Amino acid sequence: MSQIMGQPVTETFDDVAPPLLAIEQLGKRFGGFVALDTVDLSVPAGQRLGLIGPNGSGKSTLVNCISGTLQNETGSVSFGGRRVDGVPAHQRARLGLARSFQLPRPFRSMTVAENIRVPLLYTVGARHGVHLTSSELEDRCLEVLSLVALQDKAKKSPLDLTQVEMRKLELARAMAAEPKLLIADESMAGLSHSEVEDIVALLIRLNQRGITIIMIEHIMRAVMAFSQRLVVLVSGRKIADGAPDDVIKDKDVVGAYLGT
Amino acid sequence: MRTPLFTLILLAIAAALYLAFRVIGNDYLFFLGYVVLQYVVIATAWNILGGYCGYVNFGSAGFFAIGVYSTIFFYNIGQSPEDVFPEFMLAPMAWIFPLPLPVLIVLGGVFAGLIGLGMGYLTLRLRGVFFAIATLALAVVLETFIVNWSFVGGSRGAYVIPPESVPVFGTFIQYLFVLMLLLAVASLAAARLIERSRLGIGFATIRDDELAAEASGVPTLKLKLIATVLSGALFGMAGAPFPFYIGYVEPNSAFNLSYAVNAIAMPMIGGTTSWIGPMVGALILSTLQQIVTVTISSAVNLLITGLLLIGFVILAPNGLVGLWHHWTARRSNS
Repeated sequence: MSQIMGQPVTETFDDVAPPLLAIEQLGKRFGGFVALDTVDLSVPAGQRLGLIGPNGSGKSTLVNCISGTLQNETGSVSFGGRRVDGVPAHQRARLGLARSFQLPRPFRSMTVAENIRVPLLYTVGARHGVHLTSSELEDRCLEVLSLVALQDKAKKSPLDLTQVEMRKLELARAMAAEPKLLIADESMAGLSHSEVEDIVALLIRLNQRGITIIMIEHIMRAVMAFSQRLVVLVSGRKIADGAPDDVIKDKDVVGAYLGT
Repeated sequence: MRTPLFTLILLAIAAALYLAFRVIGNDYLFFLGYVVLQYVVIATAWNILGGYCGYVNFGSAGFFAIGVYSTIFFYNIGQSPEDVFPEFMLAPMAWIFPLPLPVLIVLGGVFAGLIGLGMGYLTLRLRGVFFAIATLALAVVLETFIVNWSFVGGSRGAYVIPPESVPVFGTFIQYLFVLMLLLAVASLAAARLIERSRLGIGFATIRDDELAAEASGVPTLKLKLIATVLSGALFGMAGAPFPFYIGYVEPNSAFNLSYAVNAIAMPMIGGTTSWIGPMVGALILSTLQQIVTVTISSAVNLLITGLLLIGFVILAPNGLVGLWHHWTARRSNS
């Protein structure tokens, strides 16, 4: 972890290039409860963004609105220069937007490899209009699984996996869709120190392959090791956005976490 | 095994069955066989939506009845075309009507498939028990509609007089039996093909986790609509020859609760995740029901279905296929 934490932050936050993801004035209510209140967020391609906030601050709602699991009520979501609000989740996936779920949601009746086959068939295949043969599919499944060191479990049921393996499968399924943007929603909750290190290292490796990543996390050492930029959400509002070291010293952020 | 080879094997088994029945030479076997095969088609139809996609349809009787009443509708037109068409059309219509039974089966499938599409659009945003209630309500609405439509007999029912004999097959029941046999072969081959295709994988993701399916690029609504259309069409095709089998149809018999209950019970007893389950469940349960009908009373049929269903839900929730997998896995482990 230390060498990761020691990595210099080399990026700049200039907005010259058109952002991969642009969220403007995003709003979402659940009855009388305002989950998201006019959130603006612009993510350039290739960035590693950490999204933090106390429980109930709207992080998962934001992910759900970006990925299409929920539809936003006000504001807009654009991805790759195209408005995607109102677009169903599966089409957003085909555009290159992948997400993992906070609680792993494997396809229980399938094997680990078959879980990976789904996005290969329905996202990658549909995107390029290609028909992969079954041996090609098998190779690709194993290739993706080897990224998360699950290749030996390919034939197992997801229900036989450990907690960390299940979370790796969740990430692998999102990665298999060959996304431009990957949103990892609390991929590390409940994991040990070394398991957290594994996943952070994996996410950084993916980022080095050109995938933009938004990571939502409570484990601060993981957030600090991973993020080039940190955004803090409190009560559905963005209260801080910037370089991680600056953001964690921000008195609003400290106040929100410590209640002062 | 490739689908064409699999279909050929099924056809060979079907041909052997037909020949064996002919050699035995008892027409009752064809009556019995027709009902059993009809349930193979019905159970397979239910399983496409209920087993593969996990959407429990309680309105199966409604779809079956659409097939039944589509046949009655076209049969009645054929009986008295002068009531339906203007005079100048009577001559060309005499060429078309009466429609042959295979055409009526296709038409029953088309209508039930279309109703399935409509039902899908209206109800597929509902999940679990709410979807089940909506399908039940659809069957009630359809029955009310048929009861009040006098052209197809309304509540008093409608008669269909089958021809005494058919060329090649001999008696009409043999002809009906062969048609249902072919329909059963077609539905099993289709179910197996779906199961192993990209479509079947998509269906399974819907059953397992719809949110995760969408996030993986599966167009869940479109796939669910495909499932309701396929399932509805198969139900309709199973129902279309029924008026010729029974001779007299009234709404109570076409919309009978036993179709809805059996359509659910047979795949549940056999196992819902593969094409074999509904077939095995239908063969066992409907053969048992036929034996009971002859030896005790048809009134006991639903009791048997109910008891078996309760037993399986408690003891073998994955059906006979699930039990089989469990046993083979244990044997290979030990």
